[in-house]
Amino acid sequence: MSITYLEAIREAQAKLLRDNEDVFIYGQDVGGTFGGAFKATKGLAKEFPGRVLNTPISEDAMVGTAIGAAMHGMRPIVEMQFADFSSTALNQILNNAGTHYWRTDVPIPITVRLPSGGTKGSGPFHSQSMESIYAHYPGLIVMTPATVEDAYTMLIEAVAIDDPVIYCEHKYLYYHLKAEKLPTEGLPTGKARIAREGRDLTVATYSAMLHEALAVAEQLASEGFETEVVDLRSVKPLDTNTVLASVARTGRLLCVGESFPWGSATAEIIARVTAEGFHLLDAAPQRLNAKDTPIPYHPNLWSAHRPNTKEIARKARALLRE
Amino acid sequence: MLQTAQRTAKSKTKKPALPHERFLEAFRWMLLARTLEEKLVSLYRGGLITGGVYIGKGQEAVSVACGLFLQKNDIFAPLIRDQAGRAAFGEPLIDVTRTYLGSRQGPMRGRDGNIHRGHPRKNELAMISHLGAMISVTVGALMAKRFRGEKGFIGLSCIGEGGMQTGSFHEGMNIAAVEQVPLVVVATNNHYAYSTPNEREFACHDLVDRAIGYGFEGYSLDGTDLAACLDVIGSAVKRARAGRPPQLVVASVLRLSGHGEHDDASYVTDEIKREPFARDCLKVTEQTIVDLKLVDSETLAGWRRHAAAQVDEAISTAQKEAPPEGDKEDWCAISTRSLVDSLE
Ligand SMILES: Cc1ncc(C[n+]2csc(CCOP(=O)(O)OP(=O)(O)O)c2C)c(N)n1
Repeated sequence: MSITYLEAIREAQAKLLRDNEDVFIYGQDVGGTFGGAFKATKGLAKEFPGRVLNTPISEDAMVGTAIGAAMHGMRPIVEMQFADFSSTALNQILNNAGTHYWRTDVPIPITVRLPSGGTKGSGPFHSQSMESIYAHYPGLIVMTPATVEDAYTMLIEAVAIDDPVIYCEHKYLYYHLKAEKLPTEGLPTGKARIAREGRDLTVATYSAMLHEALAVAEQLASEGFETEVVDLRSVKPLDTNTVLASVARTGRLLCVGESFPWGSATAEIIARVTAEGFHLLDAAPQRLNAKDTPIPYHPNLWSAHRPNTKEIARKARALLRE
Repeated sequence: MLQTAQRTAKSKTKKPALPHERFLEAFRWMLLARTLEEKLVSLYRGGLITGGVYIGKGQEAVSVACGLFLQKNDIFAPLIRDQAGRAAFGEPLIDVTRTYLGSRQGPMRGRDGNIHRGHPRKNELAMISHLGAMISVTVGALMAKRFRGEKGFIGLSCIGEGGMQTGSFHEGMNIAAVEQVPLVVVATNNHYAYSTPNEREFACHDLVDRAIGYGFEGYSLDGTDLAACLDVIGSAVKRARAGRPPQLVVASVLRLSGHGEHDDASYVTDEIKREPFARDCLKVTEQTIVDLKLVDSETLAGWRRHAAAQVDEAISTAQKEAPPEGDKEDWCAISTRSLVDSLE
């Protein structure tokens, strides 16, 4: 038996609904017999009547409603149909959910699921990675699971956390990643994982880019370089210590993220490693993000827009030569 | 609304005939709100309040009616000009003065100020500035209560005619009707959004007509007429509690102050100041009390003295309290300590 990243998300939600009657799912097309644009809630409306609710196309009100419900004891999971559309809920997420605990001492335990990242042919409005925007604002936790196991345990953890969680699930990984079985426990959020050990170069990354980085590490190994790959798992909190410890071993750092480059999570990692671990570095740290244009529709353009194995390998080799 | 006032008056046979059974109680909350806000304005003018002061002068009758009929387990989402309603709902005066004067003991502890205060644990939501955003939050709170099997509760969310033009408001109203929560939305049209008059805010004939489009029941009223406010808003609360669809009440008043105390409101035209809705609701109410001889002038003077004493006490207490301090502050925006992103 094998289970996909998408099925792990569905299973996590089924477990959450089963184990905690305060959990409900709120989003466009999540209910009925349909089960969501990506089927992440398939069958759940039937299994849990009245708790998996279709909403109008009102991202602001979906999150606002979840905030009010969370304030009064519920544990809502909001599904955005695509991460891109969460832009119209930014006000509720950033200004309402993100400020509430600080202002009033009452935390807001909502989980907002963002089907994120690029897939072929999806274009400018169905491909975005918004983790850096959410991480920029105070008061939010931003998860970016890269494995089936993390997709499962981190979503369960997200709902248990008393604070607002932005859960970025990667659409490319939905069907491409499989695991043998679901884990019973996982690493806690805030702890990065060494996905591959190496001593020549550290690549720090998260979400779908983890798999591109691992593929590059494999290539580089055949060229005689050992790459250490750090899966950050969450961009906020960011496990700077694990990255620093890795850089202490390798002396070289490349950060890879799928979001736009300006002010991205990769920039944050480099800022921290440079400030805290300047003495550990044998070369200037580098980063690779998507290009600073909207995300193109055509596969030829799209595959050149996002960080890909060719570009990551090129950057890595240049860094290794320094 | 005149009709409702007359109907209520006629149905009472006892003397003195109160225009509404909670008329005098409501008047006292209005008086307290006005007294407090006048004092806050003078503190502001004297440089003793940091940040803005936004008052509800001219809107006390509508506001008090919003707070008065709510019970402890109801959800109240007041907005900018709801001092009277907040007080009637049960917010202690000391919390107002602590917030304005920056005491660290206030509900916002210096982290937020003025009208952005609230007590979510006591069902008084803490508005964010972004207008329109609190409607859906109120809806969510009501859904939570329904999910958890509570009965008999309602929610009341306030808005201005300016805030009614946001997308957030529209989404909130629509989702309220979709969810069929027991909600009353009270919209106060004070004819200006900051400096912008109605004709640059919306182009529909009457804002209350929107009720039908949202699937709400809609009512209008003259917000300078306390009896009408109590009757119409009180009835809307009753209907919501009885399981009727969400209720929209649109009240007409004139804002009798600047947008905030930094604003001289010189853009308010003389013409609009002569409109019936430009009357001062507090004066109108007082006149009714005198005309109908509901209480004697000594009693009125006593109420005024009592309000002033309460306000003075709340201010002097808050003034004696320590402010928050930057180097002692707990700079942490989440409650889960183990997940704090430390930058050191
Ligand atoms: C979404 C949003 N845009 C702008 C503002 C700035 N602002 C604060 S109050 C106000 C006018 C509000 O008018 P109205 O809703 O009619 O309420 P009133 O002040 O008249 O009571 C404006 C523009 C805001 N708070 N929220």
